[in-house]
This record gives sequence, C-alpha cells and structure tokens, in this order.
Amino acid sequence: MSLEVIDVSGLATIQDAGRKGWRGFGVPISGPMDVFAFYTANALVGNPIEYAAIEIGLGDATFHAMQDCVIAATGVGYQLSVSIWEFSLWSSFFVRAGWKIRLNKTDDGMWAYLAVTGSVQTQPTLGSRSTYLRGAFGGFKGRQLQAGDVIKTGIPSHLSYELAARTLPEEARPKYNNDPTIDVIMGPQTKYFTDEGLETFLSSEYSVSFTSDRMGYRLEGPPLAQWGKTELISEGMTFGAIQVPSNGQPIVMMADCPTTGGYPKIGTVASADIPLLAQCVPNKSRIRFQETTVAKAQKRYRELMRELDRIVEE
Amino acid sequence: MIFRPKIVPLGDAALLVQLGDEIDPTINQRIHALAALINIAPLDGIIETIPAYATLLIHYDPLTLTYAKIRKWLRMKLDQVEDAKSRKPREITVPVHYGGEYGVDLKFVADTHQLRVEDVIRIHSEKTYTIYMMGFTPGFPYMGKLDDAIITPRLETPRTRVPAGTVAIAGSQTGIYSIDSPGGWRLIGHTSLRLFDPTSEPPFLFSPGDEVRFIVENYRSSH
Repeated sequence: MSLEVIDVSGLATIQDAGRKGWRGFGVPISGPMDVFAFYTANALVGNPIEYAAIEIGLGDATFHAMQDCVIAATGVGYQLSVSIWEFSLWSSFFVRAGWKIRLNKTDDGMWAYLAVTGSVQTQPTLGSRSTYLRGAFGGFKGRQLQAGDVIKTGIPSHLSYELAARTLPEEARPKYNNDPTIDVIMGPQTKYFTDEGLETFLSSEYSVSFTSDRMGYRLEGPPLAQWGKTELISEGMTFGAIQVPSNGQPIVMMADCPTTGGYPKIGTVASADIPLLAQCVPNKSRIRFQETTVAKAQKRYRELMRELDRIVEE
Repeated sequence: MIFRPKIVPLGDAALLVQLGDEIDPTINQRIHALAALINIAPLDGIIETIPAYATLLIHYDPLTLTYAKIRKWLRMKLDQVEDAKSRKPREITVPVHYGGEYGVDLKFVADTHQLRVEDVIRIHSEKTYTIYMMGFTPGFPYMGKLDDAIITPRLETPRTRVPAGTVAIAGSQTGIYSIDSPGGWRLIGHTSLRLFDPTSEPPFLFSPGDEVRFIVENYRSSH
C-alpha cells in the first residue's frame, strides 16, 4: 500500500519507537514525543507497537490512500477526517483507495500519530526508521514530509476488516490536560540548587515557551536558584531529564535532545508522565512538578502500558 | 580524595554510575572498562550505555528491570572492574590542514599564549589523545588532554555553523566537528576524514576509548 502526502502545514515525520544502540556515539534516540499515543495507534491497526508510523505536529497534514487500508489516529489536539466524515482520535477506520485522510489541528495538544496496517516501510538507518532532523537522516530521506511524497507501507498481517472500528476508551488513556502535575524523580544534581531553588521547582507553575521543539521544551516561570557552580563535566542525558542553565529556566530534554549534556539536572520526568508533558501547549498549559520515587514511577509506567490491552471494538 | 563509586537514578529508565567528578584519564579508562564488562554480557533489560568523562549512563527498560535489580547487578560488576582488562585502544591517525579557511582561530590561540602559530601546531599534533566520550552530535569525539601551553577557553557566543571535519579546541579538550552544526570551540584546522556516514559500515570512524594522533598535512596561514 502507499500513502501519498497531499499537504503538510506543520511538521510531519516518520518515527518508530526510537533509534537505540547508538547513543554512546552521540546519536539521539528520536522517535515519538508522545510514546503512549504512538504505541496505541500501532496497536489499533494490529501493527507491532514499535514499528514506524507518522508523527504530526504544529499544523495540519493531508494524505491520500492509494489502496484500501485500515488506519488509526491518536494523540491530542487534532481532528481526523476520512473522506467526507469527521472523527475523534483514538480509533481505527477502514479507508478505501482514493479517500483523503486529513489531520486538522485544533486547540490544545501538540502531537498526533497516524498508523497504517502493514507499518511504514522506509529504508532503516542505523537500525531505525525514526527521523533525526538535525542529522538529516532516517525516516523519509532524512527530512520532514512534504506534498508529493509517497510513503510505502508493508503487507498487513491481519485481515483489514477485523481491525477497523476499534478504540482505546478514554479511561485507558493518559489524563491529558492543560494543568498537569508531573511526577519527577529528583536529581542527580540537586546539590547544585539552593533549598529555595528546590522548593521553587516543586511549588511553582511553569509554561512552555514557543521556542520549544523536538529537542527540548523550554519552560518559563520562577527561576531555580543555584549555589554558583552552574556547569558540570558532560554526562549522559535522557529523554525527560530537566537541565537548568545559569538563567534558572528549566529545559526538559525531548526526543531529539543531544545524548550528553553539561548543565545541572534537577530531576527527570517519570516515563508515565512524559506523554502529558509532550502534549502541553506553549503559553497555555500550566505545569507543576511533584517528587516521586523510581519504584513508584516504574509501577505507574507498567500500569500505563497495560492499558494498551483495553482496546475494544466500537 | 577518594571518590566512592555511586549509582544514582536518572529517571525511571536510566541510571548513572559515577566514578568521579573530574576529567581524569585513569577514571575514564575505568569507565570504558566497566562499559565493556557490562556490554559483553548485559543483564536482560539493559538497552545501551553512554560513557562520559567520569560517569556511565545506562538506559534500561523499566518493564523488564526494576531499579533495585539493576543496581544490585551493577554493584557486582563494579567489584569486577578493578581486575577487568580493557581492550587495547585502537589508534587512529587524523591528517589535518592547520589554519587556512577552516582554522580561523589558530592565530588567536597562538597570540593568547604568545606563541608562534607553528608552535601551536607542533604542540597540538605531538600528543596522542584519548577519546573520553562521544556526544553533542553523532560522532563528535571529546578528546584530551591538551598540553597546558595551549589551553584556551571556548567562545562566549557559539558560531551558528561549523563545517564537518573542523578540528577544534576548548579548555583542555580537543575535538572534531562530525557534522555541520553550531559550535562554540576554537577552530584550528580541518581534516578531510569523514567521522560519520550513516550509510557506511561501520558508520563511525571513532569509538569511545580510541586514541587519536593528529598528523600535520599542511599549514596555510589565514589571510
């Protein structure tokens, strides 16, 4: 099957679950900003959840199905239209050859995921189909999608009809909202921050700056006071880690962040809450942080992943 | 000062093994030895390791491994690392055109230290450097230690674009830009060697822990 790109006004890229195995060489993981929505889109169409799909953000995207297929769209802040009908996200649909598939940006939310039966089949680079834009490799020719691109998908492993009209009920999804409280595992450089700085972090509201992107979300709010030494020798970094440069404004590392960094890290967002943070809207969402333990965070993540089993027929 | 090894979480899907807090070749060798020990027979659920100057970051799958379990396993590995034999580092020779249109800060480095440009070139190219770690961009090697005579701070404001292959120094480190990217280091020359090609096998010229020798291919003064 092939999907033709008709128009993209935002940022659309091919992403799989991420490029693993090369972070020791400086290659970021890339992959989806909201990994739970990504996994769900794949699960809805019967694909292995780690396989490649399309991430759409910051604007609209329109595609044209060149053959019959089943698609699913998930995420926050988008409306799906298939041919002449409009739908909400988090369900799968049968699409006839020639029909248009449109993802239209609405208020709230940032990222949507479009999965197709058979998965997106581009040439993998360094073992992954994720797009690393700064390095100009991976995904579709190492760049964002544009009008005229033809995306090939594979042969589905299930009969198409069985996969249409499935949904993940709202109760099973992360509690996306514009005033989230985000769980954070504190450290490893809590000692760089004054007691006041730590208290500020855990009691203040932060908004997401418009300068945020797939590399990092720059937060705006009360600055976090440090003792004076504001740099450390570089060490490994992870998606969700919160670095704080000397201006005291936290930056949350996202999918395309560099693999190492030299600013103090006040904490790391719990894996179960990264999707909530990723879907926060610049200048609108108000984020608060609360401390959690590794054990509690891991338990929450396992519980979240089990929600994928709650896909039902509509 | 004795630094006791520490294991600290970096979220719920990664942790840092800390063997020190400074740039020290002995500590760094131990980091690479530990990484090798882990990667030869990794615990199920370990995804990959990122060596840095004095720390090793381990990415793991929290669906397969609890923090408690991986911590326990790592403490065992830390006990073994003293006896572990590191692999003999590969030595890679890098030919450099010093100065010229790419090495635009070479004269600045010389002037800062009241040296002749020829001295800076000789001092930079006479040492064998260890790649302490890779990061910043795919394939960028952080190497050291520079001779004290040419230690130079980085730029206040990074340049928006430094071409791939540019040889640079910052503080006591030297590096080579692996892809076109912004850059804050002092630029002293250029190599035509390709550090990273995603379509090649292997894709990277260097690995963390390798040793690098710069060879003076040419020197052209900047105008």
